[in-house]
Amino acid sequence: MNRRTLFKAVAALTLASGIGMAQAQDVLRLGAAAPQTGPLAGGAAVTHWPAVRLWVSQTNAAGGLQVGDRRMTVELIEYDDQTNPQQAIMAAQRLATQDQVDFMVAPYSTGLNLAAAPIFAQLGYPMVTGTAVTNNQPELAAQFPNMFFVLGRTGVMAEDIANVLVGMRERGEVGSRVALVNVADAFGIEMAGISRSVLEGAGFEIVYQTSYPLGTQDLAPVIDGAKSAGAEAFVAWSYPGDTFALTDQAIVQNYAPQAFFTAVATAFPAYGARFGAQIEGVLGMGGVNADDAAFQEFAAAHAALAGQGPDYWASAATYGALQILGQAITGAGTTDRAAVLAYLQDRSHEYQTVLGPVNFNENNDNERYWTVGQWQGGVFRGVAARGRDGAVPVQVFDGWQ
Amino acid sequence: MSAREVRNLLVSVVLLGLCALLPVYGSAYWLTMGTTMAMFAVLATSWALFSGPTHYISLATAAFFGVGTFVTGLWFQSLPFWALPLIAAVAGAALAALVGLVTLRLSGVYFVIFTLGLAEMVRQVFTWVQNQTGARGMYVLTSLTEREIFWMLLALGTLVYLAGWLIGRSRLGFALRIIGNDETVAKHSGIDTARAKVLLFMVPGAAAAAAGAMLAPRYIYIEPATAFAPLLSFQVVIMALLGGTGRLWGPIAGVIPFTLLWEAITRQAPNQTLLLLGLAFLLIVYVLPGGFVGLWDRARRRWGGR
Repeated sequence: MNRRTLFKAVAALTLASGIGMAQAQDVLRLGAAAPQTGPLAGGAAVTHWPAVRLWVSQTNAAGGLQVGDRRMTVELIEYDDQTNPQQAIMAAQRLATQDQVDFMVAPYSTGLNLAAAPIFAQLGYPMVTGTAVTNNQPELAAQFPNMFFVLGRTGVMAEDIANVLVGMRERGEVGSRVALVNVADAFGIEMAGISRSVLEGAGFEIVYQTSYPLGTQDLAPVIDGAKSAGAEAFVAWSYPGDTFALTDQAIVQNYAPQAFFTAVATAFPAYGARFGAQIEGVLGMGGVNADDAAFQEFAAAHAALAGQGPDYWASAATYGALQILGQAITGAGTTDRAAVLAYLQDRSHEYQTVLGPVNFNENNDNERYWTVGQWQGGVFRGVAARGRDGAVPVQVFDGWQ
Repeated sequence: MSAREVRNLLVSVVLLGLCALLPVYGSAYWLTMGTTMAMFAVLATSWALFSGPTHYISLATAAFFGVGTFVTGLWFQSLPFWALPLIAAVAGAALAALVGLVTLRLSGVYFVIFTLGLAEMVRQVFTWVQNQTGARGMYVLTSLTEREIFWMLLALGTLVYLAGWLIGRSRLGFALRIIGNDETVAKHSGIDTARAKVLLFMVPGAAAAAAGAMLAPRYIYIEPATAFAPLLSFQVVIMALLGGTGRLWGPIAGVIPFTLLWEAITRQAPNQTLLLLGLAFLLIVYVLPGGFVGLWDRARRRWGGR
């Protein structure tokens, strides 16, 4: 009898505290619009969506976000922007005014982030982007003071691959004959221009330079040209499709320079899965500190949730961008967007993320990021970075295994 | 002016006034929707001016539109903004004349295929030029707000409307109606069919390019892949045909419901928007060959009245 009374009391107490918790626990509405269809849907399915959903599920599993004296669970509202700037604008507007979300996740890719930037700015939403790479941070930050950049600057990345080659040549690991190719769009043209001037300034000889239109299927002539020019280093500012195609062709034609670099998607797990051990020593854009415990924990959780690992570059930045937003909300202690924005704009704040600590300079720019990585032992490890520890030494590319 | 014309004019002015005041009474959400609708209204109305009477289906809208965005991207810093839509219109008209001279002597099918390829070709030319000159992706950072873009589009739409009204009353419009009904008869009546078609094809070219120039500040980042997205051409065709090309107001009657439906589908079932496009096309072909305009005219015939 006594025991039963006790049991009842405990049950009642549990119930009461449960109700009490439910009352204190509010919902924070988080809107997200990014490609689910269209040309960038594949990239977003690797890099963007799993990282966003992982942050939401982990935040909720931890009891929600601490906002002042409340714990708020996060409700994610997703839209497809169809990889279309027009739709990205409409989706952001719809999230803000129809769904009345408290905060929004920045879209995926440079172009869509910039298309959505005016709406974010106009409606006063903080925009912490993990997938916009540009060299125009000063102008953009002046125009959109609510926009923050986590992934880094394109110019610095183009410089750093050139610097990696300079370092290799100093150690006698690579000759000075370089093939420089690029996909003929804004990204490829800009990057190739910067690397060219750095390489030429360092006394490299560009023995082969060409570009190819976006979507080109047959890249055999490009590899053939680089091979017959006797290029000892191969640098390609490529997009996902051509990154795979160039690698394929280099293997087919057994073109094995001392350094082989392809840009976007080299850091994708699919790249490693496709080519296996053959790509040991291939250089690519981005990178992470793969030995860092925080990244490994993130990668394991990502694989558990999405059934696939994160990419070795922007996945962590996308997740990190949400960690920054979450910490700013907690730091401001309110869901008032103006207060959260003011918190983000206070440059003295530093955020703890999977990328390591992040803070923003006067251009809303993160100055600590990875620039070049290399496949080493089945893992894409960062070999060059600005302001980050854990870069491993570059290895000489030893041919297709 | 007949009493009916005065009535139509008054109705148009009142409707235009209601549209122009949207930023005043509408929410930000409806302003965004309104801007999208205004864009499609300009594109679809100007498209129907040419394709309505002649029955030539043009898929070149994306090409003209892209040229317009690039005009803004290239010169918005060095020229006053009001000059850009004008330059874009001239460039669009010139491109249309060029394309028209090459293809409009041919029969309809060749024209459709050529215009479909045109956007891709112009995109590749821009990419090639960028590559040769080492130009970068363009950032169109201006102080223009959505409200101003909306008003500009509305003004452009009014111009297109007036142009359509004037053409409908001109010898050119009459010639085109004859060409649309029977091109051989038109030729035998002494109409220079190629010239008439080329002249009229320049109107949608100019309007789409001007619209592109006005909308570039909304997209901010201009790159060939998004500026020349071919989907735009198809959306315009479907909207114009859904509304019907028989009357000047027809395309707008297609644009408004289609944009609302597209928005609703995007919210409820994000992956089904292309399915909507296909279904709308089937609907037009099988049920509404004359679009909403045809439906309206049939209803009026059946129940009398004016």
